[in-house]
Amino acid sequence: MLSWPYLLSTVTFLPLVGVLFILLIRGEPEVVARNTRNVALFTTIITFLLSLVIWLQFDTTTAEFQFVEKFGWIGDGLPGSAREGFNYHMGVDGISMLFVILTTFLMPLCILASWEAIEHRVKEYMIAFLMLETLMIGVFCALDLVLFYLFFEAGLIPMFLIIGVWGGPRRIYATFKFFLYTLLGSVLMLLAILAMYFQAGTTDIPSLMQANFPSGMQKWLWLAFFASFAVKVPMWPVHTWLPDAHVEAPTAGSVILAGVLLKMGGYGFLRFSLPMFPEASVFFTPLIWTLSVVAIIYTSLVALMQEDMKKLIAYSSVAHMGFITIGTFTFTQQGIDGAILQMISHGIVSGALFLCVGVVYDRLHTREISRYGGLVNNMPRYALVFMVFTMATIGLPGTSGFVGEMTILVGAYQANSWVAALATTGVILGAAYSLWLYRRVIFGELVREDCKKMSDLNWREVAIFAPLVAAALWIGIYPKPLFDVTAVSVANLLQQHEWAIEAARTALAKP
Amino acid sequence: MYQLIVFLPLAAAILAGLFGRRIGDRGAQIVTCGAVGVAALLSWVALYRVGFQGQVAVVPLFTWIDSGEFEVMWQLRIDQLTAVMLVVVNTVSALVHIYSVGYMSHDTSIPRFMAYLSLFTFAMLMLVTADNFVQMYFGWEGVGLASYLLIGFWYKRPSANAAAIKAFVVNRVGDFGFALGIMAIFLVYGSVDFQTVFNATPQMAGQTFTFLSWEVDIVTTITLLLFIGACGKSAQLGLHTWLPDAMEGPTPVSALIHAATMVTAGVFMVARCSPMFEYAPFTLAVVAAVGASTAFFAATIGLVQNDIKRVIAYSTCSQLGYMFFAAGVSAYPIAIFHLFTHAFFKALLFLGAGSVIHAVGGEQDMRKMGGLWPHIKVTAVLMWIGSLALAGVPFFAGYYSKDAVLEAAFAAGSGVGDYAFVLGLGAALLTAFYSWRLLFMTFNGTPRADHHVMEHVHESPQVMLIPLYMLAAGAVFAGIAFVGPMVGENWSDFWGQSILIREDLHKAMAEAHHVPLWVKLAPVVAGILGILLAWQMYIRRPDLPGALARMHDGLYKFLLNKWYFDELYDYVLVRPAMWIGRLFWKGGDQKIIDGFGPDGISAGVIGLARRAVRLQTGYLYHYAFAMLIGIFVLVTLYFYTMGH
Repeated sequence: MLSWPYLLSTVTFLPLVGVLFILLIRGEPEVVARNTRNVALFTTIITFLLSLVIWLQFDTTTAEFQFVEKFGWIGDGLPGSAREGFNYHMGVDGISMLFVILTTFLMPLCILASWEAIEHRVKEYMIAFLMLETLMIGVFCALDLVLFYLFFEAGLIPMFLIIGVWGGPRRIYATFKFFLYTLLGSVLMLLAILAMYFQAGTTDIPSLMQANFPSGMQKWLWLAFFASFAVKVPMWPVHTWLPDAHVEAPTAGSVILAGVLLKMGGYGFLRFSLPMFPEASVFFTPLIWTLSVVAIIYTSLVALMQEDMKKLIAYSSVAHMGFITIGTFTFTQQGIDGAILQMISHGIVSGALFLCVGVVYDRLHTREISRYGGLVNNMPRYALVFMVFTMATIGLPGTSGFVGEMTILVGAYQANSWVAALATTGVILGAAYSLWLYRRVIFGELVREDCKKMSDLNWREVAIFAPLVAAALWIGIYPKPLFDVTAVSVANLLQQHEWAIEAARTALAKP
Repeated sequence: MYQLIVFLPLAAAILAGLFGRRIGDRGAQIVTCGAVGVAALLSWVALYRVGFQGQVAVVPLFTWIDSGEFEVMWQLRIDQLTAVMLVVVNTVSALVHIYSVGYMSHDTSIPRFMAYLSLFTFAMLMLVTADNFVQMYFGWEGVGLASYLLIGFWYKRPSANAAAIKAFVVNRVGDFGFALGIMAIFLVYGSVDFQTVFNATPQMAGQTFTFLSWEVDIVTTITLLLFIGACGKSAQLGLHTWLPDAMEGPTPVSALIHAATMVTAGVFMVARCSPMFEYAPFTLAVVAAVGASTAFFAATIGLVQNDIKRVIAYSTCSQLGYMFFAAGVSAYPIAIFHLFTHAFFKALLFLGAGSVIHAVGGEQDMRKMGGLWPHIKVTAVLMWIGSLALAGVPFFAGYYSKDAVLEAAFAAGSGVGDYAFVLGLGAALLTAFYSWRLLFMTFNGTPRADHHVMEHVHESPQVMLIPLYMLAAGAVFAGIAFVGPMVGENWSDFWGQSILIREDLHKAMAEAHHVPLWVKLAPVVAGILGILLAWQMYIRRPDLPGALARMHDGLYKFLLNKWYFDELYDYVLVRPAMWIGRLFWKGGDQKIIDGFGPDGISAGVIGLARRAVRLQTGYLYHYAFAMLIGIFVLVTLYFYTMGH
């Protein structure tokens, strides 16, 4: 088992085995629903445990891809042509590995969160989720552009279904908006992938990192990838799909959306834009910074005015993702380390916040902030959990949010003090809207009759939140294991980047 | 031992907080009081070892952040400055813990309260034992969290919730400066460890770097940024608005956090960073000017407030100003000495006020008190002791420290030093006045409370009084006992390496003992004048204050409304932020981005489709005509391209 060469594929496709089992379940609707839930839960837990083996065996001293699997897949390249075929090529390095763990970590919690909330079409729901898990892990493991694109785009389909079928009243509008935005990005990215293939003759990601595209072409390719990733992150001004999608999505859908899907954008920048188009990345850095700073301030102010809990958290996500894009484009060790850490942290914290909303939504079926108030009186455990994540989202030291934010800002300050200073204002606004949300939901007198009837967290919910609280605090106090994972890969990325920029400069200097 | 001092309160907080229901109220009280009590005793041992035997220690724990060059350790630094703070924090905290057993006995969530208090103590200890800027920031924000939780402890009150949020957010504004300071430190020094940074500072002096768009002096900029943080935490002019509102919290909280410990963190930070501030003369001048202005400004507001706790809150604000201007003239030991004595008498005053409030059934408005002296004599005596110390009456603790502060300001011999001296002297008079106004309004005259309340006025139980006795002992003896070692001629033997003063440039510390006699006497005279003035206005001629207020209505309102700072901020910051937020949401997101983005596109597609539908009329001649035009266009195009 420990020397099993297909570990990565096993982790990736294990959820599909769960799907197979679910398909085999027959019987009374209730029995089917119960068994389906159990199968889904066990599948995701085993996947998570298996993914931990990846971390345990991960060699933190090398920037090379590890657990690599490579097979011919489509074509061997045309005879006599310099072009290769597409390969099934998987592997992880310090940049991608933590995202795999994040995905497998959140999944069982999502299944648990859907335990009672989803009553109809349980089978289909769980199948959609398990397929989504496979596709998401695939995104972070794929080392072939075509394979990546496949995972990246296919992952949207279960998400559309989850929002469109199990979502709220305006789910069709939300799905459609989500689709429209992502479609735009995808089309452009596909074009760019084709262009890269014809230019470099391969879709192999490690080879493409060494491809040295001409600088004019880099800019176009960069923009095409940017279109796709910016929508995913989402960056201002292509963020408006996010609040709607979150509001309409079922709780677990929101968790995955905020926890993992958004990270694909940030991951994309790190995996493609920075290493493959280094000159263009430098060229467009001011654009990224501007959009990110605007996002942080703009969406924080918007979040201040929200009346819907999920919308507020969705807008705060946009602001937090702004930090991540800033960090990525600082081209400093701290900025990128921080960005990765902040993505992991945000995955945990915002996921947990959506789960917090889910808890009260399950009881009262409304997300309107003003319908709540005084919940600390009858839900003290819930109040405590919500407090922990509120503090984590505003970046209190000792929680995961601080480590990521501070490291990013330290990196950003080296790159440009204006960016760091403006981004830091988001920290003030973040405190304002988060605490205000908390105050309106949790504190105050318990007056409403329906609120009085709400019960505190049950054991299933405690089981959901306990690992999240532990993770948020652990990363806040002792994040070294995570930094160890990223350190060498990020250092290597920066080294390669520096060489590429230097080479471009000398090329320019020579007539 | 040092780990125990710091982590015992944390363990107690976790135990009482998470298992409060299992161990019960009494259990939570025993656990927290015991833990902090032990920590307090150990702190005195630490003070002896470090302060008097010079055994400075650094205790590494484990790595925190490790990203490239950016390495941050969890590490405890126990030097003289820390040792003094350990004593202040743990002693006052332990006494407040015990006091709370009595004060909060009728509350329904005792374990939660005790857990918060212990959590605060832990955060404060992390702050004072920090060995690098980031860990200090951890403690800094940690005390902010505890303060937020405790101000909003009575979460059913809307005003308490509002005050809690205000405290946190205003502090965040200060922390914004602190955080930028840390980033700048890392950029310049490549490290955030105190020792590395302090050692490298002399080489940095006079050099410049680019901050935002300007080329500025490194050390000056960094220290100014740090000072913004200090202003937030220590409620200095401009960022002070949260402190009076923080009085919404239970009174023990006000005593511990908003008088004795947390709010002094800014002063501690300046003293801790003295090796940097010493190379930034401009920053020092700013510190002194802000401190002096706050000392005076807050005292003027204290004159007219009617809420007993708010008077003391403004007094705290004002005393913090004293500490800052002492630091600003490079007399850091004197600043810390005043911090040390102030902790005792201000905690005493607050807890005494708590005892009064407890006696009159929760009333805080002094206009509804009066004549309480016969009923609560012990409390009254204790309040008198606290006020005597605060006013700087000879041989009480405040006398030694406040005198030293003013002497240092005078001895600085600089413009800003003189400014501080004059305002400080004025504030000393005001301080004495409002302190005795408080005493007279509360304890003397005829009772203004209704007889139901008066019948129930009672002295506090022993569990509340014993901590008060101990604080009173501190308020009497802390000055005389420590004035020698801390700020005497041989102050540097006590403070060792923990505080740096460039004595060739800044003579305040050295010259403070050699000022003219009138300078030494002036604060005492000012204090006694203030007391007499209060006596004149509130005992001899009780009609005077009202008449004065009517005569100077504008000034009175101006002071009563705290110089309209809250209104100004609301008008300039809060409302516009909300207005812009709504504009961005409704206008930016919904009208512009969605309007031209997805909604616009879909509307456009639908419109286009409708028009396309209209083309399909079903009439044959329409189609035939369209074909004809098509052929015509194609043929023309063909010939056209052929021609080229």
